[in-house]
Amino acid sequence: MDFLKVSNITMQFGGLFAVEDVSFHVDRGEIVSLIGPNGAGKTTVFNMLTGVYQITSGTMEFEGHKLEGKTPQEIVGLGISRTFQNLRLFPKMRVIENVLVGTHIRTKYNFFDGLFRSKAFRKEEAEKTVRAIEILESIGLEKYINSYVESLPYGEQRKVEIARAIATDAKLLLLDEPAAGMNPSESEELLHFIRSLKDKGFTVLMIEHDMNVVMNISDRIYVLDHGKLIAHGLPGEIANDKRVIEAYLGGERKHAKNR
Amino acid sequence: MHALIGTLINGIALGMAYALIAVGYSMVFGILRLINFAHGAMYAFGAYMVYFFVSLKLGLLPAIMLSILMSGILALLIDKVALEPLRKKKSIPIATLITTVGMSFIIQNFLSIEYIFTSEKKGFPSLNLFGSFTVGNVTIQSSQLIMFVVALILLAILTLLVNKTKIGLAMRATEQNVKAANLMGINVNFIISFTFFLGGATAAIAGALISGYYQVISPTMGSLIGLKAFSAAVVGGIGILYGSVVGGLVVGVAECLAAQYLGSNVRDPMAFVILIIILIIKPTGLFGKKGISKV
Amino acid sequence: MDKVREKIKTKGLLFNIEHFFDRYKVIISVVFAVVALSVPFIGLSRATMRLLVMIGLYSMLGMGLNLLVGYTGQVSLGHAGFYAIGAYVCALLQVDAGVNFWLALLIGGIVSGFVGFLLGLPTLRLSGTYLSIVTLGFCEVVQMILKQWESVTYGNYGVRNIPKPELFGFTFNQQNGGFYIIILVLAVLTALGCHFIKNSKTGRAFIAIKEDELAATMMGIKTSRYKILAFVLSAFITGIAGGFYSVINNGYIEPTNFTFNISILIMSVVIVGGLGTIRGMVFGATILMLFPEVFRFLNEWRFVIYGVLLVLMMQFRPQGALGWQSTLPYRLSKETKKLLEKKKAAAEDASRTK
Repeated sequence: MDFLKVSNITMQFGGLFAVEDVSFHVDRGEIVSLIGPNGAGKTTVFNMLTGVYQITSGTMEFEGHKLEGKTPQEIVGLGISRTFQNLRLFPKMRVIENVLVGTHIRTKYNFFDGLFRSKAFRKEEAEKTVRAIEILESIGLEKYINSYVESLPYGEQRKVEIARAIATDAKLLLLDEPAAGMNPSESEELLHFIRSLKDKGFTVLMIEHDMNVVMNISDRIYVLDHGKLIAHGLPGEIANDKRVIEAYLGGERKHAKNR
Repeated sequence: MHALIGTLINGIALGMAYALIAVGYSMVFGILRLINFAHGAMYAFGAYMVYFFVSLKLGLLPAIMLSILMSGILALLIDKVALEPLRKKKSIPIATLITTVGMSFIIQNFLSIEYIFTSEKKGFPSLNLFGSFTVGNVTIQSSQLIMFVVALILLAILTLLVNKTKIGLAMRATEQNVKAANLMGINVNFIISFTFFLGGATAAIAGALISGYYQVISPTMGSLIGLKAFSAAVVGGIGILYGSVVGGLVVGVAECLAAQYLGSNVRDPMAFVILIIILIIKPTGLFGKKGISKV
Repeated sequence: MDKVREKIKTKGLLFNIEHFFDRYKVIISVVFAVVALSVPFIGLSRATMRLLVMIGLYSMLGMGLNLLVGYTGQVSLGHAGFYAIGAYVCALLQVDAGVNFWLALLIGGIVSGFVGFLLGLPTLRLSGTYLSIVTLGFCEVVQMILKQWESVTYGNYGVRNIPKPELFGFTFNQQNGGFYIIILVLAVLTALGCHFIKNSKTGRAFIAIKEDELAATMMGIKTSRYKILAFVLSAFITGIAGGFYSVINNGYIEPTNFTFNISILIMSVVIVGGLGTIRGMVFGATILMLFPEVFRFLNEWRFVIYGVLLVLMMQFRPQGALGWQSTLPYRLSKETKKLLEKKKAAAEDASRTK
């Protein structure tokens, strides 16, 4: 049984195939990267995996559970959580509250426990709060615990999003361009953090443009172009793959001509 | 039978006037995604301006013309003074909504001040200029006919303006995407002001037409009719001109039928009953298009 | 002194005022509570008592609407409808079925909550402004039913001879401060309820939905369920407030007590006071109830000025008078602190044994 196995998935919007016949798999404990030029359909794959879009055809399996036809909530419940390319935090909430929202799905007390401050509420709320603090400390956000998200620098906000995803007790983290908008030293720090996630037993599937990050921490890489998988392999192989270079440079050349 | 036809004619004439108010809501909503609660008050303001200029013995037509101008300018001022700064500050939508509510309070209560017009109802010059005439055994009042024809002509002009002129193109572009329109060199703030001006002007015309039909005005006359016209705009699909016409007609006819056959208490809420039913069946109104949101 | 000036310079005067209130909020609350409790015994005039009761009532209405608008971000323009349902159910049960006031009050709230559930259903399909429009229509339809369904609601005539509430032989009325005590208890209970909801998983889910519905969904929050829950709770509170209103309004209610203008008034309380806060509701209610009384000398001008103030408020303080975010650190409960210490101790032990 594969950890995550995606077979021949297709996403069609009207006549446009955003993702066509893509298959890949991720093993437990791996860090796998999904790369490709802009508009290749990488984020669409994330949207398909997390139930934002209902896929047109194909199958997706996570630890033996079918993903297609499931709601986003059910998918989070199975243990897949994600971050977003354009940050989708709760800006008027504190950092710790954002992470606590992440624990929502694993919090068992009900509405009336909360309303009447029952014992179950107090116990579980304490546990989750401590857990949230621990996650924030592990990602280096301890000094921002009380801050409101909107007041944080961009790079730190990205980290909050990752912390929030971890708080759902996910086994598989889908990170959509985690290093975007970070300076070299910040992304270096992030690199270490993502690597440490692997040691803690998380599996990571990420979309990233920063080749330094991708080549350094990926166990394997898949390359998408125009909605199709054009290559996959180890970082060393991908770096020298002719089709990959063409997909990237071909895009570049077209741009150059337009200018 | 001819009671029914009479009711229908009444409903259609009234419906066209609703459509004229609805268009004002629709245009503003299309661009700003805002329910302009001051629009109903604009309608009352327009009627009062006609009343005021007529009382100065200016004659009905010049009075209406002046009122259109005044109302247009007032609407434009509301946008410039209160709404544009909020857009610049990227305020929360509810702040804009409350601002229009505040503006409607200001206008409505200004009209009811003792030394200006007082809160009492006033007689309004009749638009029944040519008496009434009979076709078969159905009587049509000329005020109904005028209401229908004038509204129809105006709506046709507005449609042409939006679809065939350069400024109309700019309006449609702004409606689709404010940022992109701005980048393409469209003066978005001018377009918004122009839209408000048009909204105010059409509200004033509707005010003159409907008041000329009922021959009575009061400072709060705009609040209920404003909400009804707004429902009409939503029923037809807000942001779409012909949608407002259809919505206005549906609401006008339905409420006249309801008043005739179900009792006068049912008349006013009819618009909202239709509104709720339509929105539950088709959340964007009869002719509305669905927007796509990007993740 | 220099230190204070320095602080004001770096964070702004307003921040420091806000921080002052946050820091001493316990003391301020206690003072407020003492004043509120002593009011019935200091022999205020009947008019003043009535004003205070109305402030309490609108605080409660504000909190009810705030739960929906301030927390989940769903703008309702039809809360007068729920208010009416609560009032009519409570009044009719007493007048026509002889039900005891307290039970009737509760049933009124529950019926209103149920209608809130029904009205909440379209929220699953409608968003933003369209939802506001449906609620606006709802309020008008309630008006129509009240006027039209004469055999039950007495139509335009309204419900009359609504008895005064009693408990253990004590009759509550305006003169003996009874009304004031009821609304004080109701408002305090509502405030506590809202506070507890806000600081629990439910409240966080509400606010997350307001901030970014899609992100909330992707965190596993069943957004439709929570949006409907917010509607039900909000309608319930508003319905209870309506039931209370039915007994304090000189024993009668009629459809015109519950027009669209009331919806707008409740909304103004929330906006003026401060969206998403509880203190703001009390403040907003106080301002809006006092305004017409204090500015009586302005005659008709006062409503023009009311409009001007609303507009100015939105320009310069759109978050509402008391609508600031807490300037204090996140409050950790006793249990949380204990658990944190325990974990820290365990970690130290582990490192020592290494």
